[in-house]
Amino acid sequence: MDRRKYLKSLALGTAGAGLLIQQSCGPKESAAAGPVENKFTIDRTKEELIRENKLASEKFFDEHEMKTITVLADIIIPKDDVSGSASEAGVPDFIEFIVKDMPRYQTPIRGGIKWLDLQCMRRYDGDFASLPSDKQIEMVEEIAYPERAKPEMQPGVNFFNTMRDLTACGFFTSKIGIADLGYEGNKPNQWDGVPQEVLDQYGVKYDQRTLDIAVKFNA
Amino acid sequence: MPQLQIKKSSKQYDVCIVGSGAGGGMAAYTLANAGVKVLLLEAGPMYDPAKNVTQLKWPYESPRRGASTPLRHFGDFDAAYGGWELDGEPYTKKDGTKFDWFRARMLGGRTNHWGRISLRFGPKDFKHKSIDGLGDDWPISYEDVAPYYDKVDKLIGVFGSVENLPNEPDGIFLPPPKPRLHELFIKDAATSIGIPVIPSRLSILTKPLENNSKRGGCFYCSQCNRGCQVYADFSSSSVLVKPAMETGNVDVIANAMAREVLTNDEGLATGVSYVSKDDMQEYVVNAKIVVLAASACESARLMLNSKSKQHPNGVGNSSNVVGKYLHDSTGASMGGILPKLVGRKRYNEDGVGGMHVYTPWWLDNKKLDFPRGYHIEYWGGMGMPGYGFGFGMQNTNGKYPGRDGKQKPAGGYGASLKDDYRYFYGATFGMAGRGEAIAREDNYCEIDPNVVDKYGIPVLRFHYNWSDYEVKQAKHMKETFAEIIDKMGGVVTWGQGSADNDYGLEAPGRIIHEVGTARMGDDKKKSALNKFNQAHDCKNLFVVDGAPFVSQADKNPTWTILALSMRASEYMIDELKKQNI
Repeated sequence: MDRRKYLKSLALGTAGAGLLIQQSCGPKESAAAGPVENKFTIDRTKEELIRENKLASEKFFDEHEMKTITVLADIIIPKDDVSGSASEAGVPDFIEFIVKDMPRYQTPIRGGIKWLDLQCMRRYDGDFASLPSDKQIEMVEEIAYPERAKPEMQPGVNFFNTMRDLTACGFFTSKIGIADLGYEGNKPNQWDGVPQEVLDQYGVKYDQRTLDIAVKFNA
Repeated sequence: MPQLQIKKSSKQYDVCIVGSGAGGGMAAYTLANAGVKVLLLEAGPMYDPAKNVTQLKWPYESPRRGASTPLRHFGDFDAAYGGWELDGEPYTKKDGTKFDWFRARMLGGRTNHWGRISLRFGPKDFKHKSIDGLGDDWPISYEDVAPYYDKVDKLIGVFGSVENLPNEPDGIFLPPPKPRLHELFIKDAATSIGIPVIPSRLSILTKPLENNSKRGGCFYCSQCNRGCQVYADFSSSSVLVKPAMETGNVDVIANAMAREVLTNDEGLATGVSYVSKDDMQEYVVNAKIVVLAASACESARLMLNSKSKQHPNGVGNSSNVVGKYLHDSTGASMGGILPKLVGRKRYNEDGVGGMHVYTPWWLDNKKLDFPRGYHIEYWGGMGMPGYGFGFGMQNTNGKYPGRDGKQKPAGGYGASLKDDYRYFYGATFGMAGRGEAIAREDNYCEIDPNVVDKYGIPVLRFHYNWSDYEVKQAKHMKETFAEIIDKMGGVVTWGQGSADNDYGLEAPGRIIHEVGTARMGDDKKKSALNKFNQAHDCKNLFVVDGAPFVSQADKNPTWTILALSMRASEYMIDELKKQNI
């Protein structure tokens, strides 16, 4: 059976498999959800929906903070030949959500922005987000390299490490970030081992016994 | 009229089962298919992986990109509702000791969160006291359980390979998947230094089962932990409870939190009282047999909370062993980066939901300074990005030459940093040992006399200490991991252990293999259950989860829970026929 037929049979041939087609459709009510509003495409329990709706109704960062986060995120992950920037991938909104979901981030990021603005006021007489980009980069250079940063820059280094983590995570878990990374899974398929050209590249091969006992797929 | 009323069901069931995980699901399935009328109580909501879907979803479909929440500890896409702490359902600890208790409240229980690692206990695992003098022997041997392991293999399905190893019995296996690239490197490295690496044994259908049209074959998305829409992996809800309900012989009451096993003047069980989470009302249901399968500690809690004139220590506890001999697997882990995998070619290597190879225990304890063994689990490669992806890049990108062959300062920003995430993607790996702890009387759970949960049920209090045995085992794990990693040309980036942190030995409970709290035995004074999981002092009370285990083995407990639950259920059917119960 060829792959196309196999996947078709997966979708039609078994009781539960029809859902594979259904799952790509838009939002639908979770069986466990009850009357609470559900805009999710993933399973949510009633308790989870209550929590999600509460988080969605809250706002943490103010306009200035969001602007600063957006500038920093796009400095960390800019647009390049392969893909768009952090803000194009929705990273600032992800960071706003995650600090509400995980309050341990709130003080380090809010305080980090304050620290950064104060540094910039002293050096350049302006807050970070309103500086010209060459000055922003000059400031970022001071805090982006933990091993060569000056000791007095340590609060900024910690803040920038957190921003780097959340920006990269938000970017590479977005639609454009996953495409950029080249992750090829998350779809029905057949695993028939490492591609031959990759085995050749690394000079490894499957031994005969492994080939003999492994699950086989009709080509 | 009093505010609180107890609602009694007039329906008489043959069997009332508490808990719908591996043990309860198997009991319901086996009994229902023999025509026995069953009531299944589950403390959480109904769940069906074909309806409650997180499988094949993308990270951005979760606003937190799959991160953990208090309501779903293993992340937004994990199938298991629950966590280490449940709102309004506390547990306490004694004498400054540690125990972490993971609870999943939902149909299928904790089978919704596990690695599908389906290992049989071996002949030595049932008779370890006879080998090393520690703990106790089981009242049964491998030969007693082997026919049930065979039946479980055929009913549920497990892939693996025939290896003829002395204490790792082969099963009736479906074909295993081929190793992934990092698994080939691990296998080459480990086997070259005498550590075996063989195909893993997971309850995932690499081929659809014959004679079962309701379950599809695996389509290799690597997401068993999310629950499978075509039921190609084992979880109790889809594989046991659903078909059990289809016989028409099983009623399930969801959101039913069991309070007590009720007994009569003769000391026999008459049923179960529970509180409904839906209306917070009290209910009583009647049955000829009560089967506890609420998880090792939750079943012990129920027994200890079921006190009467005939059972002053709690039902089935004249031996006073209920709650004692609690033991979890040992665990320690380590991981790193494999520099030869940076900048690797992309392809879909999702595979099945878990490792394709593992290491069974391979050494002779006579030459070691600790008893019992451990197996090793492996992971790595090009997984789907989720919350935590890319974290700590400053600890990686300054240590290795980049794509242009030049060393960069750690950290950074901009296009060059962006490319680092691509470059290092798929080059990390990890490994973890899961070992056998010795069951000890002084590691236990008991009823905390001072604390109740939000339903007014007295809660458990834990007392648990690791001994030198387990610490030395963890030390050995770490040394082994470092050796394998070194041999494969990898660099350790996390998990280095030292004496200060007990070599990274996880806190008791963390591995979620806790067993032993109502152990079986031939001696009524030293055990709670007989060799058919039947209470010595209450012949119509059975326990079929991890509680009956005498010792844990260096294997995951689920396959043995399933086999013993099926065995106990067949015994119940027989005793019901003979009118002995």
